[in-house]
Amino acid sequence: MSVLVYTESWNGIFRKSSFETVSYASETAKVLGTDVIAVSLEDVSDDELNKLGNYGATKVISVPNINKGDSQSAAKVFLDLSSDSSVIICSNTYTSKMIAPRLSVKMGAALLTNVISVSEGSDIQIKRKSFSTKAIETAKSNTEKTILCIAPNSFGLIETGGSCTIEKIDFSESGSLSFDGQETASGKISISEAEIVVSGGRGLKGPENWGMIEELADVLGAATACSKPVSDIGWRPHSEHVGQTGITVTSDLYIAIGISGAIQHLAGVNSSKVMVVINTDPEAPFFKAADYGIVGDAFEVVPHLIEEIKKLKN
Amino acid sequence: MNILVCISSVPDTTSKINFTENNTKFDANGIQFVINPYDEFGLTKAMMLKESTGGKVTIITVGDTTVEAVMRKALAIGADQAVRVNMNATDSFSTATEISNYITQNSFDLIIAGRESTDYNGGAVGGMIAEMTDLPFVNACIGLEVEGESAKLIREIDGGKEMISSSLPMVIGGQKGLVQESELRIPNMRGIMQSRTKPLQVIEPSSNTKNTSSVNFENPEAKGSCRMVDASNVSELVDLLHNEAKII
Repeated sequence: MSVLVYTESWNGIFRKSSFETVSYASETAKVLGTDVIAVSLEDVSDDELNKLGNYGATKVISVPNINKGDSQSAAKVFLDLSSDSSVIICSNTYTSKMIAPRLSVKMGAALLTNVISVSEGSDIQIKRKSFSTKAIETAKSNTEKTILCIAPNSFGLIETGGSCTIEKIDFSESGSLSFDGQETASGKISISEAEIVVSGGRGLKGPENWGMIEELADVLGAATACSKPVSDIGWRPHSEHVGQTGITVTSDLYIAIGISGAIQHLAGVNSSKVMVVINTDPEAPFFKAADYGIVGDAFEVVPHLIEEIKKLKN
Repeated sequence: MNILVCISSVPDTTSKINFTENNTKFDANGIQFVINPYDEFGLTKAMMLKESTGGKVTIITVGDTTVEAVMRKALAIGADQAVRVNMNATDSFSTATEISNYITQNSFDLIIAGRESTDYNGGAVGGMIAEMTDLPFVNACIGLEVEGESAKLIREIDGGKEMISSSLPMVIGGQKGLVQESELRIPNMRGIMQSRTKPLQVIEPSSNTKNTSSVNFENPEAKGSCRMVDASNVSELVDLLHNEAKII
């Protein structure tokens, strides 16, 4: 009856969102009166696996010989491991959402994605983000077993100080996809997991002016993002586009510079806890959604802001 | 190439979202419906593939008669034929079941779904179809090249991209990058005229077994008023973020 949780790793390292899913699983296990077993795919060191114990996993099953993008094989692994589990938890990432739909069909289990709250009873009922965060839906599972994909940054980490045992499993099958390599920008902070996001819009006038955005992000330890028009005209890569049809931001602090705040943009960023807006136009709709605002020229305000934050950090 | 594009009819991205019947139903009153933005990239990609390799583009939508306006728009953009499954799409499993039935009864080289729909944001239909039809699946696909019986794909991963090869047929979850925003097609007058006579077949659902149900909806809490700081006093903002919001 254990709660099973998939902890996604990248290059042998767990993301913050993986620890969040273990904390979430732990809270769910309390409701159900059971324990948490974490499942890790790909090669992850014992040191890294042991970290899962601190968030409430009592046991970790490690399956090193499998590519997590191979959803056909991954779903088989989870099907084998889930025979005694009524709740399976993973993070709401593109990769987990290749595995979870397959698994839900194999298991005949309901699948609820974008989840932001823990079920209060064993009949699973949760809150989830819908309509691109313009609404929150309460939804329930109609089946005996349920798979939940937890939205990153929506559930806090709870350290338990516990420890876990590690079991390794061999899995030699592989699916039909072949993986030809990855390209990742090294040292970049992931937008969906970042605590602070600094975002620029068309008000910055051109890609050559992004230096100050990157510097501000740098002093804050933040991720950089941009509005849809900026990615559409190619000033910044599509992977930085946040908003309704881009990445959803759920940071603690979102700083919007030279972004007017169209409803499509707000939909993707308004789950951030605190929003700061810097814009020359006092009528910019973003000010209505913001917590703090400065009407002013970004080219004057942002360098001052960088200086002041540096002072604070020193 | 025989391509199936799964199309969702969703509220225009500028819509304010409200609910009715004691907050249990989406209020479609006054809402303009559009092709789900993620599906639009897939549809244009399908048109390009058809133009370079020949074949046919079919679109499929699960919904009642109100979704036909959006389906006609997809036909006007250039799809050859349309199929509507006569059922409200309120659950990923039942939606995927119906689309998979259609795929099994027909034969496709490529099935393109959107990464997710901008209304219920389930993001599960593509993956479920892949499992039900026993086909490979690549989600969040931002690049696709077809060479004969195989495909080279690029998928978005957190902070980067991954290159993948697959045999066809397969299922993808598409998004921007599949084609660029500037390449998206809009219907021209000739397309609109033709769309009226293109086949739109209506089929009845086979089962409609729902694994999930919606209980109710709420709108996120509105923010309080915005505290304005003078542009000449940036240190005040830093002070507020540090001492009041306690966030830096």
